[in-house]
Amino acid sequence: MLRWFFVSPAERRLLGFSRLGGPTPWVIAIMSFSIMLIAATGLALASTAALVSRSIETRYALEAPGGGADLGALVQAIGSTHGVTSVDAVPESDMRKTLEQWLGPAAQSAELPVPALINFDASRGTDLRALERRVQAIAPGATMVAHRDSVGPLLHSLTLLQWVAFGLVLLLSIAASAAVVLAARGALDTHRFTIEVMHGIGATDLQVTHLFQRKILIDAFIGSVAGAIAAALVLLLLASGAAIAGELTGGAAIGAGDIVILALLPLALTVLATWVARTAVLRTLRRAL
Amino acid sequence: MIGAWQGGGFAGQYVNNAGRDVAAVAEFDSVGLRYGTGAEVLRDLDFRLRTGSFYFLTGPSGAGKTSLLKLLYLAQRPTRGRIKLFGEELSEAEREALPPFRRRIGVVFQDFRLIRHLSAFDNIALPLRVAGAADQDVEGPVREMLAWVGLADRASARPPTLSGGEQQRVAIARAVINRPELLVADEPTGNVDAEMANRLMGLFTALNRLGTTVVVATHDVGLINATPGAQLIRLENGTLVDPTGTLRNPPHPSGSRT
Repeated sequence: MLRWFFVSPAERRLLGFSRLGGPTPWVIAIMSFSIMLIAATGLALASTAALVSRSIETRYALEAPGGGADLGALVQAIGSTHGVTSVDAVPESDMRKTLEQWLGPAAQSAELPVPALINFDASRGTDLRALERRVQAIAPGATMVAHRDSVGPLLHSLTLLQWVAFGLVLLLSIAASAAVVLAARGALDTHRFTIEVMHGIGATDLQVTHLFQRKILIDAFIGSVAGAIAAALVLLLLASGAAIAGELTGGAAIGAGDIVILALLPLALTVLATWVARTAVLRTLRRAL
Repeated sequence: MIGAWQGGGFAGQYVNNAGRDVAAVAEFDSVGLRYGTGAEVLRDLDFRLRTGSFYFLTGPSGAGKTSLLKLLYLAQRPTRGRIKLFGEELSEAEREALPPFRRRIGVVFQDFRLIRHLSAFDNIALPLRVAGAADQDVEGPVREMLAWVGLADRASARPPTLSGGEQQRVAIARAVINRPELLVADEPTGNVDAEMANRLMGLFTALNRLGTTVVVATHDVGLINATPGAQLIRLENGTLVDPTGTLRNPPHPSGSRT
């Protein structure tokens, strides 16, 4: 692999390439930039979905129409249930303060019935039916809702978007490969005479391919890294913008593992481009005598 | 008549008039060549080139000389018949098998075929580098060859800046740099003056004395007559003039053979 980088100056002169002289590094840079941004978006979506899913998986809400009258008894009944790990009653004042945003001062009226709201976490295996029966005995008409049921469609959408992002990464990789194939064929056409002369004096296909794959390896590496650096700058700007915007991201940052994946993407793109170019060049050369 | 093949086909051995076995560097057996769906440009070629011999290939324009040379330096496959080079049947050989044989052949093309963006030095060094020679092993032989063809001071010049004659000398230097076993030259002295033509032919005959089989396509009668011991292959309408496939010793005082 390293031999691809270290060829003699004479070999480098054979194709007479100038660095960044062709469109290949630029095309790959644009592809790399797009792939990095889309992959980062996909990973962030995956991270967000995982975070939301984790945080609501065991979360439930109990809504009692009777208001705060039965609140103490309900909290005690829930808290004493085996498997319930935390209980958090939302104070009526908080509920009214929230309603004030829509209702104005009327939200503070005693005539406005405000339901009691209790959030609690119950681990897997908790007998929720028994809990529901106990709750109904205290506050008939109380309803118990699993957060995952209400947030499920959103999670489904997030998962779907995540797969769309990864699909786009795949499509862009294929597009980058196609661009590399075209570039390789173009280079072969440009250097057809040199190749014919080399074949004529006994050069093997691998010797000729070596020259091209090295050139495309370097172009792909430069393009990929340049695109990745530009994408990283954009991501940093977006991240700082999100931080300024407060809780917009909800803590769904890209993790260390995701950063490793993103850092490996330019290298993967380089390897893919080089392999595709090598295969394309070898196939084309095999059509000659 | 300079000898005969005994045993038939490729299995046979060439036996000269003195009764000695002579190895053949190239053997053509009922070879024909056509391009695409056109008519055959070469037909029923049956001949053998003896190792270490010197041949002139002559014939009118369009007779098929360049096509025959292409078959010899493995740039074309015959559409029928069999060709053996260096004792190996190569008519239907896998293309991956050809490069080692091509390295044993030096070719001087009519249009020189120099790589324009490489210097004269690099063009001449190319066969050595393709054969895997290290840079330190290339410098000496290439400088020596440049000096021999009178281009020592033009080592770094690129072909477009060289005259036709200079380009031809670079092409010849490239063809002979690795002492090929078979040297094929298409009008190698067409663009040089008489003195340089003599020097180049001197190089060819020197190589020939060292064992290289030389095939030169030319119309230059003077060149043929000035090379004693060389043999003549004459093509007309894509076929050898002598239907028996024997090759005649060409030197003729009047030079009227061509």
